[in-house]
Amino acid sequence: MLTNAFILALRELRRNKMRSFLTMLGIIIGVAAVISLVTIGGGATRQVTDQISSLGSNLMMVMPGRRMGPGQGGGGAPFKLADAEAIAREIPSIRAVAPTSASAVTAIYANENWSTTVTGTTDRYFDVSNLKIEEGRGFAAPEIRSGAAVCIIGATVRENLFGRQNPIGSKIRLNKLSCEIIGLLESKGQSSMGSDQDDTVIIPLRTFQRRISGKTDVNVIRLSVKDGVSTDKMKKEIGYLMRERRHLSDAEEDDFSVMDMKEISTMLTGTTKVLTGLLGAVAAVSLLVGGIGIMNIMMVSVTERTREIGTRLAIGALEREVLLQFLVEALVLSSVGGLIGIALALIAALAVSGLLQVPFILNVPIILESFLFSGAIGIVFGFFPARKAAMLNPIEALRHE
Amino acid sequence: MNQALSDIEKGKPFIELREVTKIYGTGAARMAALGGVSFTIYQGEFVAVMGPSGSGKSTCMNILGCLDTPTDGEYRFCGVEVGRLSRNQRALLRRHYLGFVFQGFNLLNRTSALENVELPLVYRSEPRRRRHARAREALAQVGLTGWEHHTPGELSGGQQQRVAIARAIVTEPLVLLADEPTGNLDSARSEEIMELLTSFNRDHGITIVMVTHEADMAAYAGRTIHFKDGLIEHDRNHKEQA
Repeated sequence: MLTNAFILALRELRRNKMRSFLTMLGIIIGVAAVISLVTIGGGATRQVTDQISSLGSNLMMVMPGRRMGPGQGGGGAPFKLADAEAIAREIPSIRAVAPTSASAVTAIYANENWSTTVTGTTDRYFDVSNLKIEEGRGFAAPEIRSGAAVCIIGATVRENLFGRQNPIGSKIRLNKLSCEIIGLLESKGQSSMGSDQDDTVIIPLRTFQRRISGKTDVNVIRLSVKDGVSTDKMKKEIGYLMRERRHLSDAEEDDFSVMDMKEISTMLTGTTKVLTGLLGAVAAVSLLVGGIGIMNIMMVSVTERTREIGTRLAIGALEREVLLQFLVEALVLSSVGGLIGIALALIAALAVSGLLQVPFILNVPIILESFLFSGAIGIVFGFFPARKAAMLNPIEALRHE
Repeated sequence: MNQALSDIEKGKPFIELREVTKIYGTGAARMAALGGVSFTIYQGEFVAVMGPSGSGKSTCMNILGCLDTPTDGEYRFCGVEVGRLSRNQRALLRRHYLGFVFQGFNLLNRTSALENVELPLVYRSEPRRRRHARAREALAQVGLTGWEHHTPGELSGGQQQRVAIARAIVTEPLVLLADEPTGNLDSARSEEIMELLTSFNRDHGITIVMVTHEADMAAYAGRTIHFKDGLIEHDRNHKEQA
């Protein structure tokens, strides 16, 4: 009986191609909207997590001053190199510690100049920040110790100063310091916060302190924790050590802060996730509206086909066969609409993710859910018109004009 | 029920109406469409039903076609009392033993002649191949070989009515009920349709009950039942008179 219902329903839909398509349109748009939004949203979330993990997922930062907002601090005496060394020495769960000091400078090479940030640090910085040297080499131990005039530059600096030329071995000026380029960083692109991670020049900390800032301060201590170590525990341990080193009495609050990248990560992905969910919900409402559209057209169709239904009943169709036929018609309409919607959504998501440079992640559960949901909508909204058709009195239906 | 129906032999009374009444509405709006009608139709007969509009002939046809049930009285189809059957049982009875031809053809538009003829077979769950073969055969019997894939819109009125007849006889029914089958056709087309019906009655032994307004058409039948005001005015057997 079910195969019969399918034969009859498919014949009917083929008979009215235009109407069938228009009826499906609501479902097509609904399903396409849900899937493409969720897919793009998923891609955006993935991008944020990727970028944060490219910063080093176990990264922590210690900054002087109480934390006032993300990345901002104020007050409190700056750290010294010895503080970073103490952390590395006394806390065993730490993989690497990199003291950093940064300053805005203008880098000059020949006629070109470029405003960028120069960071003074040690060779551990690359490990902590997940940076790789693409060409050339990193700092040698004697260069760090003695504060040699050498630097490693990011892709943006290289492009702006050297164009397509190979910069290794050339000398650039950073304020009054002339330093030799020994390495080139692998490009990391934009960070999730929108800053260009390739717009940077790295020099040994000692060189920075002597030749750029003229002070022995360390602005930020970056460190990475060994895998599987709780960052909360780390925060406490670093806190105790720093309080001790800074001679804070029990009554005094911390005059420094320890920041955990995981916090920022969950905060940032949380936002995109909430946004994705919200957009998905709005799209799901449009799917519901599509379902009402199906019911509407099916009602019109039942009225329009009253004579036909009468003929079928006279020929000997049972009530449940007519019911099933219309239900199957609604089901086929909505699920074919769902399939077309899925195809459109994937095309749209691919195009948009290419355009926004967001990774394309196939979200199979949401595709299956949307498909099943569209089928369910067909059955739910098709039931009332189908029942109306099945309950028709054949004599009156045959007389219907 | 099916067993009883399959035992039918030609010439036996198998449509029997006894004091059948049909009343529509209640109270002041109460109207008797049939006021106690009795007649018997035997296997193989060709009966014309005539009468002015409102005479009760359509109501009678609806009851004969198991589309409606009598308010009172008894309608036996092959010994089965139709009034006691449920809506679904009557649908099954129509599916297996009755064929319908309507004045307005009632073909599914934008659907090929073949698919239209196949429709009753689909409800009978015939396998696809058998369905095709039988539908083609039925179309050949009404002289429409070569027109299988034309839709009703591409066929003339006479051809459409032939498709409808093919649809009615494809299931090899015991009775064919025709409601003014020539009402929408010119006289030449009407004659063709009547020839066709007569041949099915004569060659295949299909009992035909046909409503008509025209005496010319009624003349093809062997018997004419005249209705007036919900009662039978007269019931004549032409063959006996001749």
